[in-house]
Amino acid sequence: MFETSHLDALEAESIFIMREVAAEFARPAMLYSIGKDSSVLLRLAQKAFAPAPLPFPLIHIDTTYKFREMIEFRDRTCAALGVRLIAHTNRAAIENGANPFDLGVSKCCSLLKTRALLDALKEHRVEAAIGGARREEERSRAKERIFSLRDSFGQWDPRHQRPEFWNLFNPRIDSGETMRVFPLSNWTELDIWRYIERENIPVVPLYFAKERDVLVRNGQLIPVEHNPPLAPGEAPQRILCRMRTLGCTYCTGAIRSSADTVPKIIAELEQAVRSERENRIIDHDRDGSMELKKREGYF
Amino acid sequence: MAERELLRFLTAGSVDDGKSTLIGRLLHDTRSIFEDQFASVRAASAAAGNNGYIDFALVTDGLRAEREQGITIDVAYRYFSTPRRKFIIADAPGHQQYTRNMATAASTASAAVLLIDARKGVLPQTRRHAAIAWLLGIRNFAVAVNKMDLVGFDERVFRKIEQDFLAFLAALDGAGAYFIPTCSIDGDNVVERSTRIPWFDGATLLEYLETVPVASHARFDRLRFPVQYVIRSQPRRYAGQLASGVLRPGDQVRVLPSGRTTTVAAVRIGEREVDAAFPPLSAAIELADDLDIGRGDIIASANDSPAVSRRFTATLLWLNDQPLETGKPYLLKHTTRQVCASVTRVSAVLNPSTLAREQTDQLSLNEFGEVEIETHQPLYFDPYAENRATGGFIVIDPLRNHTLAVGMIASPAAPAEQAPGAGAGLTVWFTGLSSAGKSTISKAVHEKLWAMGHKVEWLDGDIVRQHLNKGLGFSKEDRDENVRRIGFVAELLTRNGVITLVSAISPYRAIRGEIRARIGSFLEVYVHAPLEVCEQRDLKGIYRRARAGEMRGVTGIDDPYEPPLSPDVECRTDRETPAESVKRVLDAIQGWLTRRNP
Repeated sequence: MFETSHLDALEAESIFIMREVAAEFARPAMLYSIGKDSSVLLRLAQKAFAPAPLPFPLIHIDTTYKFREMIEFRDRTCAALGVRLIAHTNRAAIENGANPFDLGVSKCCSLLKTRALLDALKEHRVEAAIGGARREEERSRAKERIFSLRDSFGQWDPRHQRPEFWNLFNPRIDSGETMRVFPLSNWTELDIWRYIERENIPVVPLYFAKERDVLVRNGQLIPVEHNPPLAPGEAPQRILCRMRTLGCTYCTGAIRSSADTVPKIIAELEQAVRSERENRIIDHDRDGSMELKKREGYF
Repeated sequence: MAERELLRFLTAGSVDDGKSTLIGRLLHDTRSIFEDQFASVRAASAAAGNNGYIDFALVTDGLRAEREQGITIDVAYRYFSTPRRKFIIADAPGHQQYTRNMATAASTASAAVLLIDARKGVLPQTRRHAAIAWLLGIRNFAVAVNKMDLVGFDERVFRKIEQDFLAFLAALDGAGAYFIPTCSIDGDNVVERSTRIPWFDGATLLEYLETVPVASHARFDRLRFPVQYVIRSQPRRYAGQLASGVLRPGDQVRVLPSGRTTTVAAVRIGEREVDAAFPPLSAAIELADDLDIGRGDIIASANDSPAVSRRFTATLLWLNDQPLETGKPYLLKHTTRQVCASVTRVSAVLNPSTLAREQTDQLSLNEFGEVEIETHQPLYFDPYAENRATGGFIVIDPLRNHTLAVGMIASPAAPAEQAPGAGAGLTVWFTGLSSAGKSTISKAVHEKLWAMGHKVEWLDGDIVRQHLNKGLGFSKEDRDENVRRIGFVAELLTRNGVITLVSAISPYRAIRGEIRARIGSFLEVYVHAPLEVCEQRDLKGIYRRARAGEMRGVTGIDDPYEPPLSPDVECRTDRETPAESVKRVLDAIQGWLTRRNP
């Protein structure tokens, strides 16, 4: 009697966190990256406020280097659920020629994601931004509070985080500061997929295995959608693969996989020996690179 | 696949006890570190020239500053599972400077793994960590006596540390400890049994973690549902996370601060209607009656409500460089309420090594003490020992927004204020405009009750202003003070079994709500006639004088009247006779007494 499954406990915690944000901040928003974590976040938000509409808009930072299938999924989902979407792009940087091939992934990410995100939050005067980051994903994320303060430049100060007790989150910010809030902090990749299975949540088809044209570089499978420059003699190959995480095409490697359904993905992950973000090129360009990006304001 | 149980545990110890290494071992030997992550740790260890040893701390020390200094600054959360359980590790820093982060980790854990360096024995910081964990409610401790290789796996060293720690643990009521000799760098007795410690045949650390009871802090007997968010739907839904108890459709519940009882009409998780909601679920409920309920209110069992008080004693762990100042305005966050508060007294500081109480009036960084706190609005709480969710709070600096302290409520401050429903008497509060008919009706009700043999008392606003409240004016502050004093007397009378009738304009909703919350046994009677009618009656001539500009601050003319949103009785004195009004009030009182003593 009164037993709670692991997923029910995680769901309850996440819903509590989202309601806390809606209650405590005048202008909250949810950062929506279209990936599996965002899909779970969106379902949890619907549950938190049903039957009312979401009390905040979604913000998508569109680098213009996302997969076509992601943008289609985004527009389909927002239309079907009737949620308000703010898509924001750093137009100035793109007009100045920012792209991952010439600029390098680190600078490109700084301009098209971090800068764009900070600009979007400022433009819409967002006080609290809900994000789908999980502590399990990366070791600097493992250190972050659920309510994580950013100064007026969007920077994280990991050495002086506010202590955080039980579910008593301190929501107070000064003008110019923002709060980043992470309702999925305690979820693992497997939890996400098990919840997607249990709740029958739609996700971008890129997560499912299919034969796709990719470049094979240093063991990474690089999608060819935005025509990355080819090395001499290099040609795309057709490989049965899927995306384990979704980002920009050039920075998200695929993995070899035949898992084309959610149960098969779960079975694959139960046996996985490689980490989730291994194929995210931006995480590995130098030691502690995720922490450095987070300090600048990246999610 | 069957759902596995979840154990959240904390790891703590002094600097250099090898805590991060132990966790690295735990993760590695349960195959919870991915190959690519392990490869990068191995590469970093080799680069640092670690003599072939793998520096497992590199797995958990996630911040650059931590890796640079070789210390843990903040809590890292790690996730792993075995076929028996899922685990969340809160890896707490050892350095005293980061005690606040250690306490953060302890607040959500249900067991603690304490590391002790076999060469150093029990250190002050070990005791401090155990004491903080215990204060936050942890009762199960595993003590890993680590680096056994550096003392030649000597059993006497192990037994001495065991004895020392048990001597200290005796001060921590209800705490139990399990001791394991380990060598985490090689993995002895972490996951795999050691071949080098033949004198120890107890469970390994992982075996302990797989079998220690998952202490559930949630209770299912007393309903406590702090209202977190109101969903504006038709009907309205009140959303929140169950702190304790069970919510079922049809249940009688009491809403605080209004003290009103009503019935649960529906319980939902998301859109789905459920038969019951219980901790730790986040639910949304619909109620049978349309009441005025907002964030910070609490829905509780009708017959077993939390304590209601503005004053209470608590244990406070101070987390800021600036010491506590008594009397200084702070903010206090408790359940979903934020109220203004101040610490009125520091009665003792607790010695972290012995938990002995030492006289003091100061509390500084990382110290914990016993204090008395006064809040501007009442809190609805249970002692922390009985209910973590309604007994814990944080203290916030209203200017700089820092979280200054974490607190655990012990009890309401003396004299004990009784919970609503516990008193034998009843307060019947008549509110309304001047000349609406309050005194007429309450006087008649008083006579009837008296004739029926009840102990009854009547406090009339006009009369009280001539003695108890003489000298008070008609500003907002003075009006509130007037009502507060009447409320205080009513509370004393009600507590002593008297039916207390109060007739006072009492124009402000907030103060009426505050009194209602304090007294609990409370009926609100709205004596209602339109202003034009009252002005026509003008029994005391005040409307005429107000219109002539001779009098200022007259309720209804140039000072607001905030009508009750959901009175227990509404007497429309412009449409019914005084006798009809009196009968309706008496019926309500009779109904209340019958419910109380069926």
